[in-house]
Amino acid sequence: MLSIKNLQASIEDKEILKGINLEIKAGEVHAIMGPNGSGKSTLSAVLAGREEYEVTGGEVSFNGEDLLELNPEDRAREGVFLAFQYPIEIPGVSNINFLKTAINETRAYHGKDSISAKDFLALVKEKSALVELDAKLASRSVNEGFSGGEKKRNEIFQMAMLEPKLAILDETDSGLDIDALRIVANGVNTLKSKDNATVVITHYQRLLDYIVPDFVHVLYNGRIVKTGGKELALELEEKGYDWIKEEVDAVS
Amino acid sequence: MTTTELTKKDMLIESLNELDFSNEPQFAQDLRTNAKTALENLEFPTSKTEYWKYTRIGKIINKTYGIQHEVSDANIDISNYLIPELDANIVVLVNGFYRTDLSNIETKNGLKISSLKEAINSTDGFVKDHLGAIAKSEKEIFIALNTLCFTDGVYIDLDKNAIIEKPIHIINITNSNNLISNTRTIVKAHDNSAVKIIESFVNTQGEESFANNVSEFFLNPNSNVEYNKIQNKAGESYQVSTEQAYQRKDSNFTINTITLQGTLVRNNLNIEVHGEGCETNLNGIYLGKEKNHTDNHTIVDHLKPNCNSNEVYKGILDDNSVGVFNGKVFVRQDAQKTNAFQQNNNILLTDEAVINSKPELEIYADDVKCSHGSTIGQLDEEAIFYLQARGVSKRSAINMMITAFVKDALDNVSIPALKDYIDTKIDSRFGN
Ligand SMILES: Nc1ncnc2c1ncn2[C@@H]1O[C@H](COP(=O)(O)OP(=O)(O)OP(=O)(O)O)[C@@H](O)[C@H]1O
Ligand SMILES: [Mg+2]
Repeated sequence: MLSIKNLQASIEDKEILKGINLEIKAGEVHAIMGPNGSGKSTLSAVLAGREEYEVTGGEVSFNGEDLLELNPEDRAREGVFLAFQYPIEIPGVSNINFLKTAINETRAYHGKDSISAKDFLALVKEKSALVELDAKLASRSVNEGFSGGEKKRNEIFQMAMLEPKLAILDETDSGLDIDALRIVANGVNTLKSKDNATVVITHYQRLLDYIVPDFVHVLYNGRIVKTGGKELALELEEKGYDWIKEEVDAVS
Repeated sequence: MTTTELTKKDMLIESLNELDFSNEPQFAQDLRTNAKTALENLEFPTSKTEYWKYTRIGKIINKTYGIQHEVSDANIDISNYLIPELDANIVVLVNGFYRTDLSNIETKNGLKISSLKEAINSTDGFVKDHLGAIAKSEKEIFIALNTLCFTDGVYIDLDKNAIIEKPIHIINITNSNNLISNTRTIVKAHDNSAVKIIESFVNTQGEESFANNVSEFFLNPNSNVEYNKIQNKAGESYQVSTEQAYQRKDSNFTINTITLQGTLVRNNLNIEVHGEGCETNLNGIYLGKEKNHTDNHTIVDHLKPNCNSNEVYKGILDDNSVGVFNGKVFVRQDAQKTNAFQQNNNILLTDEAVINSKPELEIYADDVKCSHGSTIGQLDEEAIFYLQARGVSKRSAINMMITAFVKDALDNVSIPALKDYIDTKIDSRFGN
């Protein structure tokens, strides 16, 4: 589904991604872990099409398409979804109305008719129930005045509404209380299928108890320096990153 | 050479001499004579004129214009200018003349809508006493010019207790190139009356034409007037528009100024609040594009206690457009317990767009609540990206942000069909 080859990206002439390689197939769950500042959010932003980051090398193909050639909205329409680490507030823009536009523009992109008002409302009801997002929140301005946890839940609500093929969840677990964590994880698991894939960026093993990864990658200093199964996350939880840093720094 | 060179002003006055007002009653002729004297004493503003500091009017005055001498009966399709889903009394002005044949007015008890010329000739007592009473020629050269040579306009006369549900839509059309036209409107709102007016300023041709419009609003106690001004002239077009209002106690006056386009648009709003318990709302949005220059000057003069005034102007400036906002609020010594709120926010869509914003308060009373503020910014790129990352096109995202930004400046547009119309105009400008 997603194939990243030697991806390099920089911002303000500072190289942040230094050659990322990653293969993700439909049906898989990948976890990306790594120390602060290692480039995890940068990788997700580059995949979502944030223009501030300059791609200086490498390729990304998504279901056979050159992802880097597409503008951000077309990437979303092709099925890439990014749950932001820091979802921003957009005063005056209604959460529901913008999602309706997003859905309809995506449908138009695929040559489909607009969703009916009735079907849309039913969808909102179903999906907000899935992540137990208060209906009032769903229809307020995007994230305006939401608590940290509510913002994260809103990200998953939007993901549920858009039904992406590839969901990248950037630290969606941070700021969630224990119940919310379970609810969000549940939502993600319910939406999981053999046709879509999930990338979970996290610092904590805890989330991976709920969303069980097929692969765990460690991103360090702009590169994926280690890949393992779900037990790697446990090892990291126990030992921290120092042993990996040492391994890497010894080689280079 | 001994001949003195004619100034721009002299040439303009000379061209207007062709207009013949000799059949008008004496009071109107006196008014025009007075305006001519005022005009002789006034000069067109320059960069040194404080009130016009950021607006150069060379484009307007360095031209020769034709004038239309009398009402024409040329058919004009007004369907393009109607507001969808709006049931309104339609009044049509073309090139400065009232077109009875194109207007469509439902007779209603307590409401009289007529051509101003007709009201002058019938020596309506009110018009005789009030024409030019607050829009004074000595004050401003464009008022003097209008008073000297307005050809017609609208007179709206509300009786005591007349609550008019059906809005009045004045369609003020320019349909000739290189034309100067002057319209004059008077609104009389008697005690406890209420009316909603829309005036659309539009053109069919009107290339390099100049419209100089003056309106006078007289609000009796407990009356309520909402005036919505839609400025939408395409191509090279110039407009100076002056609204002068006089509020008596417990009256409520609202002007919404929606400037969709126009090469040079200058709005002068002057509101005198002469009674207690009044409310004044001056709101506006301006959407500059290309080299549009939009200048909103407002003055609210609080002379009596216990009044509120609110002012919200929002500007979106694209391309090389320029915006000017100057809002002045006076709170006179007697005007205790005044609440005056004023705000001007701007978004510049390009590095070339410019805004000059100056909110001003002059307070001579001590027990008042006043605030003012002005902001200049860009659209939030991160927010646009967020919306795009959900599948919304960049254009739609920008449109959503702009619609959200201008929203509270439209809060006092109380006619739903008009609100939709404005939304549609914004959508078609910035959306898909
Ligand atoms: N806009 C920017 N301008 C300058 N430097 C940036 C910018 N964005 C990111 N960086 C830098 O790039 C590096 C990687 O940042 P990134 O946000 O990708 O890290 P991360 O792995 O997501 O960290 P965390 O675990 O703290 O979320 C950091 O050193 C950061 O300071
Ligand atoms: Mg991060």
